[in-house]
Amino acid sequence: MKAEFASPFWVMVRKEVADHMRSWRYNLLLLLIGLTCIGSLYTAMMSIREAVPKDETLNAFLFLKLFTVSDGTLPPFITFIGFLGPLLGISLGFDAINSERNKGTLSRVMAQPIHRDFLIGAKFVAALIVISMMFLSLGFLVMGLGLLAIGIPPSPEEFLRMLLFLLLSIVYVGFWLSLAILFSIKFRQSATSALSSLSIWLFFSVFFTMLIQLIANATAPTNALNPNDLLKHQQFIQFIMRISPSQLFSEATTTLLTPTVRSLGPLTMEQVYGAIPSPLPLGQSMLLIWPQITGMIAATLVCFAISYVYFMRQEIRSR
Amino acid sequence: MLDPIIELQDLTKKYDQFIAVNRLSLTIKKGEVFGLLGPNGAGKSTTILMMLGLSEPTSGSVRVCGINSTRQPILVKQKVGYLPDDVGFYEDLTGLENLVYTGELNQLTKEEAARRAKELLARVGLSDAANKKAGAYSRGMRQRLGLADVLIKQPQVIILDEPTLGIDPAGVKELLQLIQRLSKDEGITVLLSSHHLHQVQQICDRVGIFVQGKLLAQGNVASLSRQLFAEDLLVLEVGVKQPTPYLSEELIQMDGVTSVRQDNHLLYISCSRDLTGEIAEKIVASGAGLIHLNQKQYGLDEIYHRYFERGEVK
Repeated sequence: MKAEFASPFWVMVRKEVADHMRSWRYNLLLLLIGLTCIGSLYTAMMSIREAVPKDETLNAFLFLKLFTVSDGTLPPFITFIGFLGPLLGISLGFDAINSERNKGTLSRVMAQPIHRDFLIGAKFVAALIVISMMFLSLGFLVMGLGLLAIGIPPSPEEFLRMLLFLLLSIVYVGFWLSLAILFSIKFRQSATSALSSLSIWLFFSVFFTMLIQLIANATAPTNALNPNDLLKHQQFIQFIMRISPSQLFSEATTTLLTPTVRSLGPLTMEQVYGAIPSPLPLGQSMLLIWPQITGMIAATLVCFAISYVYFMRQEIRSR
Repeated sequence: MLDPIIELQDLTKKYDQFIAVNRLSLTIKKGEVFGLLGPNGAGKSTTILMMLGLSEPTSGSVRVCGINSTRQPILVKQKVGYLPDDVGFYEDLTGLENLVYTGELNQLTKEEAARRAKELLARVGLSDAANKKAGAYSRGMRQRLGLADVLIKQPQVIILDEPTLGIDPAGVKELLQLIQRLSKDEGITVLLSSHHLHQVQQICDRVGIFVQGKLLAQGNVASLSRQLFAEDLLVLEVGVKQPTPYLSEELIQMDGVTSVRQDNHLLYISCSRDLTGEIAEKIVASGAGLIHLNQKQYGLDEIYHRYFERGEVK
């Protein structure tokens, strides 16, 4: 027999989703991301003519170029998502727990017959649902507009690549969301938690590359003639670059949306020799970025696990 | 009506070195209104959190409705309503929506939750404000909404943490009467913590005095004062015109007088039985000139202060 009442967990998720939808914060972000969508789509349309290859025999993946090309005035869609995604995740999560605590609702909710992890789980799932809805609808909207504008329908592979790109973006935002939730448990003041999440985001998007540059210069091999040393050094730099989730995201999305990307690391002449200069099939692209995807999901889960443990151990006091 | 519904045994909670609750044993019977009295930081809230399974005791056991709160908090929370001090509501939702949400978390259908919520709002006198945003509620309204929120799950026990804090006197009276009616009409056991003694005195069947993690005494107000003031059951406040130096010495030699304290023209005389007449005669005879004579009754205030002072000394 089907239970007539909804499970408390989904009741909580529903309420959280409704809260997000009604909030100013979410609607402003939606507007912001919607505008960048249209803006980047517009610049892509302006410059897509040059992106058409001269050789008609090549599979050009013209449709995917809607997301990656730009005439230089505005960054392309994927750069925008890489930049604004974290902001979205942080803004949906930074006051998840501490606002409940400060408003005195936490102890009241915890006194209801629900498991304690329902609350943090519901917060995470609800924000993820909201993000997914936003990305999927915006992504399909861009596709639809592009279809109307350039009049070339996407191939099934292009469509799949698009869809995977959107899912990947959701995972990426999910990482920042779980980081923000972690800070919202750790810090009592929502301003503190917002600033901490933002500072990590800024660190990775601005200072991290500078830091890498420094390390690269300092550790550069003195004997530049030995290709093995150069290769090793290059791999080392790439390795530390990949600590940054935004690096993982940009590598993964570039590979997905630009099928001609064949490798993410350095290639030797022997490896390139004899290779056919054709785009990779979807399966191969996925294989190439599989470590990046696992890395992002793992980082998200680690953040969530830490917040879970932290929250379960915390004592629930009123205000 | 004599079954124990809350049983605490040697309950202890330590935070690092600090002992918040020290070997607390307490039994509360079904249908009783029990007041847990103590100053701030006495461990009242900690005890309540342990009863709900929201905090783990360092040692000892808690059983509520026969269920171990530490092991099966969910089962306990189905039967126990808890109103935290300074309760908060989702400010963007109306009072009614807040209640329906709580109802749904207690696995009621939306319709059933809405029906009960409306009924309870009428009962706590918030029908007019049902569709107002909870953010616009005053403190007293919030507390009443909190009471409705606690009752929506139809609990056997309700635990109220400082329910009267920050409400005006009229509001306090109303709230307490509401609580008392609930206990009488539906046989709900009520445990309330407070440091407002007079208020608690009005509605509690029994009180427990709780200082620095220890339950110093429990019982009804009359028996507590007998326990504590066995030696000096009565205090007389006497005003005299000209206190003679020998007066207090003469008074203390009287049979039944336990202590005399002089403060200028006022004398405080403690005695173990009613010696009002004799003392008045003595003072008149001494020529000190009696102005007035008051009999002071011990209320919860004195009881509390006395215990509190002792607690401090320990």
